Amino acid sequence: MKTLLTNCKIINHDKTLTKNILIEDGIIKSLTDDTPSTDKTYDLKGKMVLPGLIDMHVHFRDPGLEYKEDIISGSYAAAAGGVTAVCPMANTKPVNDNAFITKYMVDKGKELGICDILPVGAVTKGMHGEELTEMGDMFSAGACAFSDDGKPVLGSDVMRRALEYVSGFGGMILSHSEDKQLAGEGVIHEGEVSAITGLRGIPSETEEIMIARDILLAKLTGGHVHICHISTRYGVELVRWGKSKGLNVTCEVTPHHFSLTDKELLSYDTNCKMNPPLRSADDVKAMKEGLMDGTIDCIATDHAPHSRDEKFQEFDLAPFGITGLQTLVPLTLNLVREGIINENDFSRLCSYAPARLLRLKGRGVIEEGALADIAVIDPDREYVFDSKLNKSKSTNTPYMNKTLKGLCVLTFKNGKEVYKADI
Amino acid sequence: MSYSRKDLLGMIDLSKEEILHLLDTAENFREINHRDVKKSPYSQRKNSCETFSFENSTRTRTSFEIAGKRLSADTVNFSASASSTAKGETLIDTVHNIEAMSTDIFVVRHAYSGAVKFIAENTKASVVNAGDGLNEHPTQSLLDMLTIKQHKGRLEGLNVAIIGDITHSRVARSNIWAMPKVGINLRLFGPKTMLPRCTDPFGAKICSNMEEAVEGADVIMTLRIQRERQGKLLLPSVKEYARYFGLNAARLKLSNNAIVMHPGPINRGVEISSEIADCGQSVILPQVESGVAVRMAVLYTLGTGQRGIEQ
Repeated sequence: MKTLLTNCKIINHDKTLTKNILIEDGIIKSLTDDTPSTDKTYDLKGKMVLPGLIDMHVHFRDPGLEYKEDIISGSYAAAAGGVTAVCPMANTKPVNDNAFITKYMVDKGKELGICDILPVGAVTKGMHGEELTEMGDMFSAGACAFSDDGKPVLGSDVMRRALEYVSGFGGMILSHSEDKQLAGEGVIHEGEVSAITGLRGIPSETEEIMIARDILLAKLTGGHVHICHISTRYGVELVRWGKSKGLNVTCEVTPHHFSLTDKELLSYDTNCKMNPPLRSADDVKAMKEGLMDGTIDCIATDHAPHSRDEKFQEFDLAPFGITGLQTLVPLTLNLVREGIINENDFSRLCSYAPARLLRLKGRGVIEEGALADIAVIDPDREYVFDSKLNKSKSTNTPYMNKTLKGLCVLTFKNGKEVYKADI
Repeated sequence: MSYSRKDLLGMIDLSKEEILHLLDTAENFREINHRDVKKSPYSQRKNSCETFSFENSTRTRTSFEIAGKRLSADTVNFSASASSTAKGETLIDTVHNIEAMSTDIFVVRHAYSGAVKFIAENTKASVVNAGDGLNEHPTQSLLDMLTIKQHKGRLEGLNVAIIGDITHSRVARSNIWAMPKVGINLRLFGPKTMLPRCTDPFGAKICSNMEEAVEGADVIMTLRIQRERQGKLLLPSVKEYARYFGLNAARLKLSNNAIVMHPGPINRGVEISSEIADCGQSVILPQVESGVAVRMAVLYTLGTGQRGIEQ
């Protein structure tokens, strides 16, 4: 099977080039100016052609909570967002804390074949924060990293041993950095809006205290700590400091944390309730600064589907989290339009960097020999993100029925067309 | 002057004109409460009224119930502990069930901030917020202002001090939004553990000690210390609270012959000394009386649409 993509404006992390892409047997055979005869040809003139996006942080709720999402619906949402590989977190039911569940997730993804499932194994058994999981076995079964995401690893002794142990396998710990005691019963960022609304606050320091601890544990162990969903100015400062000292720390930011502020909560909208919460305008500015100077390594969505019933209740009772796979492209393109990052940075932050962090071979770049995982984006396309376009089982996003700009129009996984926008 | 909203959810939404309209209406009703036959000759068009309690509430509920009855409304009580919410029914399903029985006005108390607004957005009935979490308690604010007007003859230009747990008080929040709109100068004081880290949105003066808070004040409102809820972290002891944050005779002397208010129930000897609670400057019981008039005004206004009382 040969496929030719013509007139491609190929956007890699380091350069942009205009070529035709020849795909053969799922692999990028060559970047060429020729137009050899193939089974299928796509003219991609005027589109952005990026290496398939890699989302290091999603919740696919499978096994156990399939009413919110499963690996199939999640994969379709990923493909529709230009994402060809995802790292589903371990807070499934039961928890992904053993090779059996890891293998189940990988296999289910392979069977469908539209998005690579690279599971994140739990750090501790049952995510209880006490005993280490069999990380070696999970690694062998296809886990890409380890995290108790949704919860922090509260014990510094446990985090220390986890970092030491996993570094022996060349892995990393994705840290949901949160001081649970300081967070208390908080449901939104502690600041002006919590003072106004009477919704209990989660101080920025809740996150920063644990980021500081985790960076220092990277210093103690030499292990790789990757800070999940960073959201505060001082959090970014701490990572910047850690990097300046040569410590083994990286971090990610979600599109909502660089796009929205806690002002959204003045309406008590449960679709703006997530953890970490939407922060202040100054924090949003700090996210952009972190993206500009490279302190923030990558963008990940923290795609967290919840059913309508779960979000349709009292604010305090609604679960934390919003979906994000299909809003990654338009929100990141907003940064390009604002001049915060350029198109190559987009390619780096959403594909190249996560591929390097996860040590994935043949991904993150469009080049000869790489997997033909490709996202085709129409950057100027304006559309309403509605339930017809939404592929997730859930609709819990503040962007539902909003006008967005920048649409993934085609996605290829291993050279196969796995998504085509029909609007 | 009119009030044309479907609901009364919070003082943060109301204009000065709307507030004054409700207070004027309440003044008319207060007069009825002094008659031998305490029944309003003015009845609501919509007169089926339901009080919901999703949090313990006795005095506010009773006050609303009396107000409803004096307007000849059919009032029914519903409390969550005795209802299906305890059986897992969602809040909005419960509301729709009661609505299906043709209720015109819901009076709702709920333990979570924003929950009353959530109900209002999902029912055609008019909704009155009788206290939602830490957020607002608008009829308390209205009755506070009615009481102040009654005793001081005006609102504009008065200095009002609110003292206590500002962060966790819906009474404080409603007054913080409402009082400056009618020209009141507001000052706040309490232990640092009970003041939000960010008080800028309040636009009120934050005092640094009791003396500063009460000096020259025309009205001093002390808030209830909720010992059962606040645990040991916000406050080391009630004895210490009384010493640094309580209102006593010596402190009251610094004021401008202030009236003393409290949303009740009071903790004698904690936020307010017994002597002060019972003194001539205390208007705690007149506040309760104003409460019925204010709630009549609110139920009447929502139940009749925009009309004022036809004299």
